[in-house]
Amino acid sequence: MKLRCLCVLPGEHFGEEFGKINLMRKVPALRDGDFYLAESIAIMIYLAEKFETPDFWYPTDIRQRARVNEYLSWQHQGIRTHSSKVFWLRVMIPMVMGVEVPKEKMDAALEDLNSSLKLIEEKFLDDRPFIAGDQVSLADIVAIVEIMQPVGSGLDVFQGRLKLSAWRDRVQAAIGKELFDEAHQAILGAQENVKLLDPTVLQASKSKILRYFM
Amino acid sequence: MELYLDLISPPCRSVYLFATAVGIPFEFKLVELLEGKQYSEEFGKLNIVRKIPVLKDGSFILTESTAILMYLVQKCSSAVADHWFPANLQQRARVNEYLSWQHLNLRTHCAKVFLLKTLYPFAMGSEVPKEKMDAALDDMKQSLDLLEEKFLLDKPFILGDNISLADLVAVVELMQPLGSGVNSLESRPRLMAWKERVKKKLGEELFDQAHQKLLEAKGLQQEIQNSPHLQKLQPVFVKLFR
Repeated sequence: MKLRCLCVLPGEHFGEEFGKINLMRKVPALRDGDFYLAESIAIMIYLAEKFETPDFWYPTDIRQRARVNEYLSWQHQGIRTHSSKVFWLRVMIPMVMGVEVPKEKMDAALEDLNSSLKLIEEKFLDDRPFIAGDQVSLADIVAIVEIMQPVGSGLDVFQGRLKLSAWRDRVQAAIGKELFDEAHQAILGAQENVKLLDPTVLQASKSKILRYFM
Repeated sequence: MELYLDLISPPCRSVYLFATAVGIPFEFKLVELLEGKQYSEEFGKLNIVRKIPVLKDGSFILTESTAILMYLVQKCSSAVADHWFPANLQQRARVNEYLSWQHLNLRTHCAKVFLLKTLYPFAMGSEVPKEKMDAALDDMKQSLDLLEEKFLLDKPFILGDNISLADLVAVVELMQPLGSGVNSLESRPRLMAWKERVKKKLGEELFDQAHQKLLEAKGLQQEIQNSPHLQKLQPVFVKLFR
């Protein structure tokens, strides 16, 4: 299976060709022969099962699997929404779209993010090294990438959160630091890179974006 | 096995319908949302996230309806027919794809329409502003369009010939706006026909019984307004609408 990278921001995902791959015009999208699949969670599970990856990624043990599924389900509304919002309110909306973000909106978004991170520490990690238990799983990967999003906006959410920091280090070690850093290069460079973006790209979706985030 | 539920909640209905339809024995433990029981100290010990449904199987506690559904399939594999959550990788991926997509799409938008109609006036102390309601209805419309055009198309069910967890989770969310007087199925004959097929597969009586609390809630908005239990939760509800 080949990895084909497409750059989302310049609008490639609105092209006709991509529309055939994913009607919802979102990434990631997978194409395996004539099988098309959207939704990162579905894609990760498909890959884990198709390539028979080591059991710990998506354990066959019923309770451990349930713990992974529980996190993968909760995280959509539980953290993804909030971490994404913080990124848009801190970077995309003020820096690319040139729109000022009211203080109450930012404060509310940060409050939600903080509540989510607290829940991750207290419920999903608790006293375990990883979400499912002793070993890393898909849940930890899905968690860490969302948490890195506000970090890319210049907000160090790991500061003052010892449990979360220690878990991050473990996840990095489990994935491989080099790979982790490579994968996060774009988001960590976001504040610089967005200065190079053409603001007109988002103009068409401006009212929708503002309505959604503000 | 215990299931902590309130059938006014769509994810509770999907778990209830599945377990009952396939014959998995469980004890129904009511957590009355309109009385704010999810905020009780007792419930907090069961689930710190303070949401339902919750499954308790011996000492094992599990939250999140989609995780619970998959747990039940795995645990009771001999009682659950393959079509619910197929072993075939690509078909299973289709179910996972829908279950993932629906959280922030159909579920969020149908729930928003319902909450704006029933909870907004109580939480915010005024009627819903027209633009807000219109925006929510527009979002719901887009999700319903995608349900029809990407997930269902002209197939009898989302996966094809037979019902799966995807149809179950979709139908309970789609029903929610009806509890607030908004007909999500209006002018959508394809979805109406699909809903009837899903209902038949689950059992018509069971489907109606599961949706009774939602549909018979006369003046839900009034009930919320008058509820003494919910008064102190008003600041919590405000957060839903900011």
